[in-house]
Amino acid sequence: MTLEIIGISVLWMFLFGYVIVASIDFGAGFFNAYNTLTRREHILTNIIQRYLSPVWEVTNVFLVFFFVGVIGFFPKTAFYYGTTLLVPASIAIILLALRGSYYAFATYGTNGHKGYTFMYGITGLFIPASLSTVLTISEGGFISMVKGNPVLDYWELFSSPLTWSIVVLSLVAVLYISAVFLTWYANKAGDHSATELLRKYALIWAIPTMITASGIIFELRGHNPEHYARILDLWWVFGISFLMFVGTVWLIWKRKNYGLAFGLLAAQFALAFFGYGVSHYPYLLYPYLTIYDSFTNEAMAIALIVAFIAGLGLLLPSLYLLLRLFLFNKDYVRGNKDNHA
Amino acid sequence: MGNEEAVFFSRVLTELTLSFHIIYATIGVGIPLMIMIAQWVGIRKNDEHYILLARRWARGFVITVAVGVVTGTAIGLQLSLLWPNFMELAGNVIALPLFMETFAFFFEAIFLGIYLYTWDRFENQKKHLLLLIPVAIGASFSAVFITIVNAFMNAPQGFDLVNGELININPILAMFNPAMPTKVAHVVVTAYMTSAFVLASIAAFRLLKGSNHVYHKKALFLTLKLGLIFSIAAAIIGDFSGKYLAEYQPEKLAAAEWHFETEENASLIMYGILEDGEVKYAIEIPYALSVLAHGDPFAEVIGLDQFSEDEIPPLYIHYLFDLMVSIGMGLTFLSGLYVFATWRRWSFVQTKWFRWLLVAGGPLAMLAIEAGWWMAEVGRQPWILRGIMRTEDAATTSGQVDIMLVLFAGLYLILGVGSVVVLRRMFRKNPVEQEIEDRRKEQEGDFS
Repeated sequence: MTLEIIGISVLWMFLFGYVIVASIDFGAGFFNAYNTLTRREHILTNIIQRYLSPVWEVTNVFLVFFFVGVIGFFPKTAFYYGTTLLVPASIAIILLALRGSYYAFATYGTNGHKGYTFMYGITGLFIPASLSTVLTISEGGFISMVKGNPVLDYWELFSSPLTWSIVVLSLVAVLYISAVFLTWYANKAGDHSATELLRKYALIWAIPTMITASGIIFELRGHNPEHYARILDLWWVFGISFLMFVGTVWLIWKRKNYGLAFGLLAAQFALAFFGYGVSHYPYLLYPYLTIYDSFTNEAMAIALIVAFIAGLGLLLPSLYLLLRLFLFNKDYVRGNKDNHA
Repeated sequence: MGNEEAVFFSRVLTELTLSFHIIYATIGVGIPLMIMIAQWVGIRKNDEHYILLARRWARGFVITVAVGVVTGTAIGLQLSLLWPNFMELAGNVIALPLFMETFAFFFEAIFLGIYLYTWDRFENQKKHLLLLIPVAIGASFSAVFITIVNAFMNAPQGFDLVNGELININPILAMFNPAMPTKVAHVVVTAYMTSAFVLASIAAFRLLKGSNHVYHKKALFLTLKLGLIFSIAAAIIGDFSGKYLAEYQPEKLAAAEWHFETEENASLIMYGILEDGEVKYAIEIPYALSVLAHGDPFAEVIGLDQFSEDEIPPLYIHYLFDLMVSIGMGLTFLSGLYVFATWRRWSFVQTKWFRWLLVAGGPLAMLAIEAGWWMAEVGRQPWILRGIMRTEDAATTSGQVDIMLVLFAGLYLILGVGSVVVLRRMFRKNPVEQEIEDRRKEQEGDFS
């Protein structure tokens, strides 16, 4: 395995981590807002706040980790993506900033204001939409080189069906992942009405997730045939992923073993995510940038990998402690003891 | 939009983001240490007031951390969005500390979440204190690593540039560049200092506004003692920074001191204004600049005459330098006076006018932080990487920077107002007298 592959695998792993934890967060915000609108907020608010409060900051770090890592391992991405993503990335940052800080303001500061709840729900859907444009752009066809500098063609981007399929997939996947996780969490808390409501959401969002995911593979056939061909080579990965999807839905339908259901969901997305990543190989930005010609020098790559391993040695036990204290602590999950500052 | 405009707006946007971010970041670095000290003193003296102090500081701290985290994410991404050519080049050499900074941040985030949600969970308060150590370490180390990145921009090393290509890269050498020791030490210590003075401001303000509770008096005395220690440390390190500049970045020192001609026995110019190349109304202290630069009153100090016109930073940084140093000295004196007078039981430190001075201390310390950063950053113009890459060659070619500037300005306005409103409301609604009373009732309830 070359250093380039190690680098991109590490980063892809962290991006996957972000996709899962952020989806739970974004979806939770949306469900909370929706229930406030339909005057049922008492069912979900406690569950959602108890999960999010100690971990929201950690969620944010996953994203920072990913983009700092990309620049570190692949400095040339700064040149291509930095120049072209100014507008979509800035919008995502602004939404993230509003969302994150107002979450803290409302949770720790005062009793939540309704306007904030709606904003929290809505921004949570716009962020995945604006971030997912990066995936679309990486497929190529939207950036042209003018006088040696990359320029993004907004009209081409916004009129492409591929863009919209990816945006829709990111939205429904967020809602689906979040609903499955929260069903499990609510069930652990012994909160029956929240479990039932979230179970319903999980089943509702399962089908569109699958339809849009298949739709994208179809879109790619026209847009980037080379990529499409490599996806077909990996058909079995996506096949296993699909079986896991069926398993999750079946368990939730039968009201059985929500923990395993979430485990299957995580594995399903992991397979699809890595299958997509592997089929994208070796391009970071088709056709301008591959992981080989953008890779950093060897000295830096080794230093980064050493730092990464040392860092994980610190992080994994700490993360485990966090989960032990809040996710797998019965008293805390059930709200018997709050103990916040 | 032409490239010139893109460069201009990129500069303004970066300056705006950083100026806003460092307010929250400085608090974010310093306050965890203060919380830790208060908690420790509380346990050692078995005094509930200090524990409560830690708890109330922690509660306010969450709000500032939230803004610090999101604006930090913003500047992290803006580095690549606004300065893609710089990141492409520098990323090869300086990615390591940037990467390590996110680890420190990660570490802090995890333990802060645990710390905030486990009050009263442990029988033994010492266990709870242990959770604060990784928070404080994580916070300080984020500052250390990110300042290393900035130090590299001032004194790039750890690579060879041959025909526009980077070779012989050594990430460790790049981290331990000559600017690093003084910069890191100064940033960390002034963050502690500023946080101490900000907390002292709050205590002094409560005492002024009628509450005469012993809690606020303890808070004031503790924070000003810490403020005194850190401001003395800041002054000593500041002196080392001057000597670093004289050795490695003489043009920055010369511009900050309006030292136009290279000479021996150089005198220090304090205050004054510059009109058509002439210094007016300034106080001149003979030999002081030679002492500041080399620790020797007769040493030669390099002046601006040694540099070509297009390599000289803007001369207005002199005002920023004066502002920073004056505030630093003033606060050292103020806190020293308070601590000494309290010790000797002189009562003038409890008068209204003196307390108003203490209230002003926090905001002034923050102003000094801003002035210091503006001076340090503007002082390395025209370079983004001193001696290697000019700022105008580093900026984006995108045409939408001006619209982004407006959007971000709006964002910072909302966050700034929001955080102030929330913090005020939090502590107004729940004054310390009320909280002490509530806790007393709670504890009595346990016994019945």
